[in-house]
Amino acid sequence: MELIIDSVSMSYGARRVLHDVTARAGTGQVLVIAGPNGSGKSTLVRMVARLARPTDGRVLWKLDGRALPATDIRRAIGMVSPDLTLYDELSAAENLRFFAQVRGLSATPEFVRSLLDRFGLGGRGGDLVRAYSSGMKQRLKYAFALMHDPPLLILDEPTANLDERGVALVHDTIAQARLRKCVVMATNEPEEVRLGDVVIQLGA
Amino acid sequence: MWSSNWVREALAVLAKDIRSEYRTRYAFSAVLLFAVTALAVVSFSVSPYSLDADVQAAFLWIVLFFSAMTGLSRSFVREEEARTAMTLRLSTAPEAVYVGKLLFNIALQGAVAAVVVPLFLVLMDVAPAHPGLLASATILGTMALASSSTIIAAIVSRANAKGAIFAVLAFPVTLPGLSSAIRATTAALRGAVGSGSALVAGAAGDLRALAAYSVLMIASSLLLFDFVWDD
Amino acid sequence: MCVCNSRLFAALKLLLGVWMTVVIIAAFFYAPAAQNLGQMSRIIYFHIPAAWVSVVAFAVCTAYSVRYLRNRRTQDDAAASFSAELGLLFCVIATVSGSIFAKATWGSYWNWDPRETSIFVLLLIYGAYFALRSSVDDPSRRGSLAAVYGVLAFITVPLLVFVAPRIPAVQSLHPDGPILATGGGLDMDGRMMTVFISSLMGFTGLYAWVFSLRLRAWRFITALANRQED
Repeated sequence: MELIIDSVSMSYGARRVLHDVTARAGTGQVLVIAGPNGSGKSTLVRMVARLARPTDGRVLWKLDGRALPATDIRRAIGMVSPDLTLYDELSAAENLRFFAQVRGLSATPEFVRSLLDRFGLGGRGGDLVRAYSSGMKQRLKYAFALMHDPPLLILDEPTANLDERGVALVHDTIAQARLRKCVVMATNEPEEVRLGDVVIQLGA
Repeated sequence: MWSSNWVREALAVLAKDIRSEYRTRYAFSAVLLFAVTALAVVSFSVSPYSLDADVQAAFLWIVLFFSAMTGLSRSFVREEEARTAMTLRLSTAPEAVYVGKLLFNIALQGAVAAVVVPLFLVLMDVAPAHPGLLASATILGTMALASSSTIIAAIVSRANAKGAIFAVLAFPVTLPGLSSAIRATTAALRGAVGSGSALVAGAAGDLRALAAYSVLMIASSLLLFDFVWDD
Repeated sequence: MCVCNSRLFAALKLLLGVWMTVVIIAAFFYAPAAQNLGQMSRIIYFHIPAAWVSVVAFAVCTAYSVRYLRNRRTQDDAAASFSAELGLLFCVIATVSGSIFAKATWGSYWNWDPRETSIFVLLLIYGAYFALRSSVDDPSRRGSLAAVYGVLAFITVPLLVFVAPRIPAVQSLHPDGPILATGGGLDMDGRMMTVFISSLMGFTGLYAWVFSLRLRAWRFITALANRQED
């Protein structure tokens, strides 16, 4: 997997959010997008996840040197972000089953159960997400992001509002993922910026 | 391979929406109450008069149109309001989202029509001359309403004034379907006064027009949906 | 834009002014009145061209919308909205002038004649188009939502034109004769035809001129805004 950000700019009307950002990262690397709030971090993360289109420039997703088509890009991305919300009125297991189905995975009860176990939610799969604590919700979001073993993992403010155990889980996930995946992380924690092989520093 | 997955994903979206709707009864109860209220108002205010078939048909479709306008945008607006739209966008093919929501809207509007039409016949004291024709006009009209308003619902869910402009945007686009449905229903309600078979033949043309309209709307929505969903 | 081009535009603008003046004078003094409609028939030199321009403007709006969806240039979105504005203006002109004509000949301003129905729906579509535009803040999203709605509406307009006249309860009161030349009603003689066609051309030219003016102003304002930012 290779991610190429090629002189990307973004403006909303007259307001320019990003100006001419270029970077590339491949499997085994961590790309950190750093900068204070309002510097365009989230915008750039959305572009990398193909949820927003740059005004100028382009983002390319390549696998084995070949640019991926839209459907494959969707399958290649796993993302955790405060902007991504799961269905409150469904149970955790129903959420995971639904997202496995739309991603074309075989959504058997065993698959869902093993996924829940893997993220420490075993036995609570039948509860509605509404009843979950914020820490459990966060773990469910990681299950959502990693269920299809995506070659590109995108983490937007991964440790914001987390307790120590949550932060440990995140750092553990990053340490595992960076061996086999390309990881993109938007953060402003100096400790996490240091994890990056490539760092994009955005100004205010 | 691609196409069979695609149908399965659309059905997954449909199943998810039905389950959510069943748990929350977010759209259905509101729409149904609205439809029954509107029907009661109409029936109450015109009960002293015996109305002509075309007026009755128009009343019926006005009630059905406005109930569609209260309900059919919910499934998209809800995704935006609960902030799940982006999660869906990240993980699901746009075509699967559109078809899933379309099927859900057809089911929702069909359920509403299944309650409203019999209630209408009772409250207005109408015995349809051609019940089969009335049923097909209702089914195809429901399809037409759902197929034109699903993409409009997607547009509206991404605008700021979500509730206010839905009917405004949907009405002109829906009008061809609506007027065919009204004419077919008129023919179904009006007795065989004289030229019965000619009337039914004309209604068959209207039903064909309704079906063609739905197909046209669905096909163009499929082409355009990507631009609404993935901007 | 080079000098010779702008000089050509100036000349065309002048020609348009003269052309429209001649058309207006000719409509009242050169063309004869139709036999059964009398002086009322002179409305065709203004009412029909306005309706025609309205449809042309809508088609142009759709074409720019499709182009915007293809390559997402802000200019195409702006052009689509300007064309829709002009279309709405001419649509209002056609509706009001037609309504006055209806009062004078049929006795009431509005009676849901099929063509009145379709122009009313056209007004609704334009109105909805602008209601949609004003309810979206983000410019690129506004562009794509409006473009999709424009294309969708454009697909349904022909359906209305075919479906509305088929409503059996209402027979069209519109005098088709002079336009469609079906023989019945009133025939357009040579002089009437000349003025009518010239008026069509003049109105289309008027539309093209205002449209290009609007687009040039937009380009200027955008360039200015960009310069201020840098």
